[in-house]
Amino acid sequence: MTTATSTPAPRAHPKPFSMSLKAKCGVLLGVLYVIYASAQLDVTLARFVAGLGHAATFLNRMFPPNFERYNLLIKGLSESLEIAVLASTLGIFLALPLGLLGARNLMPGWASWPARTIVAFCRALHPVIVAILFVKAVGFGALAGILALTVASIGFIGKLFTESIEEISLKQVEAVRATGASFANVIIFSVLPQVFPRFIGFCTYQFDSNLRNSTMVGIVGAGGIGGTLFSAFQRFDYDYVCAILISIITLIMIGELLANVIRRVFLDNLTIAELFKGKPTYLPPPKVRP
Amino acid sequence: MSAALSIKGLVKSYRAGHPVLKGIDLEISGQEVTAIIGPSGTGKSTLLRCINRLVEPSAGQITLNTAQGSVDLTRVRGAALRHARRHIGMVFQEYNLVERLTVMENLLTGRLGYLPAWKAWFRSFKAEDIEQAYQYLDTVGLGDFASQRADALSGGQRQRVGIARALMQAPAILLADEPTSSLDPKTSVEIMELLTAQAKAQQIPVMINMHDVELAKRYATRLIGMSGGEVVYDGPAAGLDHGMLKRIYGGESWIV
Repeated sequence: MTTATSTPAPRAHPKPFSMSLKAKCGVLLGVLYVIYASAQLDVTLARFVAGLGHAATFLNRMFPPNFERYNLLIKGLSESLEIAVLASTLGIFLALPLGLLGARNLMPGWASWPARTIVAFCRALHPVIVAILFVKAVGFGALAGILALTVASIGFIGKLFTESIEEISLKQVEAVRATGASFANVIIFSVLPQVFPRFIGFCTYQFDSNLRNSTMVGIVGAGGIGGTLFSAFQRFDYDYVCAILISIITLIMIGELLANVIRRVFLDNLTIAELFKGKPTYLPPPKVRP
Repeated sequence: MSAALSIKGLVKSYRAGHPVLKGIDLEISGQEVTAIIGPSGTGKSTLLRCINRLVEPSAGQITLNTAQGSVDLTRVRGAALRHARRHIGMVFQEYNLVERLTVMENLLTGRLGYLPAWKAWFRSFKAEDIEQAYQYLDTVGLGDFASQRADALSGGQRQRVGIARALMQAPAILLADEPTSSLDPKTSVEIMELLTAQAKAQQIPVMINMHDVELAKRYATRLIGMSGGEVVYDGPAAGLDHGMLKRIYGGESWIV
């Protein structure tokens, strides 16, 4: 012990937030791959400029949009809408039990693994590929589209539903279990109330997505406006293509508005009347018992 | 009348060879208010949770005597366990109300053990259950809150709902796992007052886990001191002297 008050030598601190060598190598590799990939696919500025010229011609021919064949247009759009509604309904209906079975905090392994596998399988392929498979299996038409989008809905809602069940508070579940409630009653009174708002959210998002996809599955022959759009492209009826695109955008916008209304009615406890009055979101005042 | 609850040689170990409860023997009878005190981690919660089987006991026997007969709670499974649980009301430290349900729905949760699933889905409870729920809401002083959502209530109000939910079961015994630990001193006293008064009105025994020794002495007719997974004191509040508190909690600097 020489001097008790001597300051200790400053320790060599590592520089905070500096990139590790591994991270630097990773970034370098990423940049190299981007350069390699663009060389492979002939992505050059010259090619891009040439493409712009074609785009101008194409856009020029799209205007003004041609709504003359509106019969065909409306028929296709309503078929798309029907596909979306049916696929959403069927998908949500099937995803509910599957999602519940997949929740590892409530279900034993022998129930959750098969359910999770089915859901993962439904999510594995893009809806268009699934649609092609169903066209081959059940033939051309809306049925194939409905089935394809149902599969997509199961994959999406099933997974998110499972995840939200796995995040619930088990304290509330425990309390209901302690009253002697049966397993089904525990689900109804303590699990579903906790996941209901998110479930409504998933369902409306999925309906949104199904509506978009239902306009596309027609390209592979699975019903809806997509088929009309595709043949208009092939016949170079670009003004009709434009009319179809405008209609699709309008339909999607309306669908989104509708989904918003549903969300607000269910999640913010708003009545339809309050919604149209444009009241801010709030919890309704306590109703005093008469 | 035989004891409402009789516990014999209850052992619980979460890990093999490390028992949390080391052979508990207890008889709970009549309408006594039993407070269980002891340091954290000594197995008070585990003891209560073994009784309604939220925790699986490792060994021993827990006999519940009700008007319908007696049942060994450590042996029952499935429907028999659920039927036994209907007679055991439980109040939790963090209230454990279903947050997104209304106060009324939370109260009626106490009747779920008697309701088939399809009726639970449509919330079609018996009219007398609903009437009973309104009465209990008035009893706990929340008559105007029936259609409020549980997450809009304060801590004290939530615990009142928790107590009313337990009472809705028309239980043969009431368990309370640190019912006042999340509450301020004034509310704690009110909750203890309510809990003991209601147990008396229903003529059922209550077992309460507590950290507050003074509150326990004030309300309990019987005190059980636990330490290291064993019962080290069992008797009236008056017998709990400094030496015994030191034995239960260890150390003495905290004893005033």
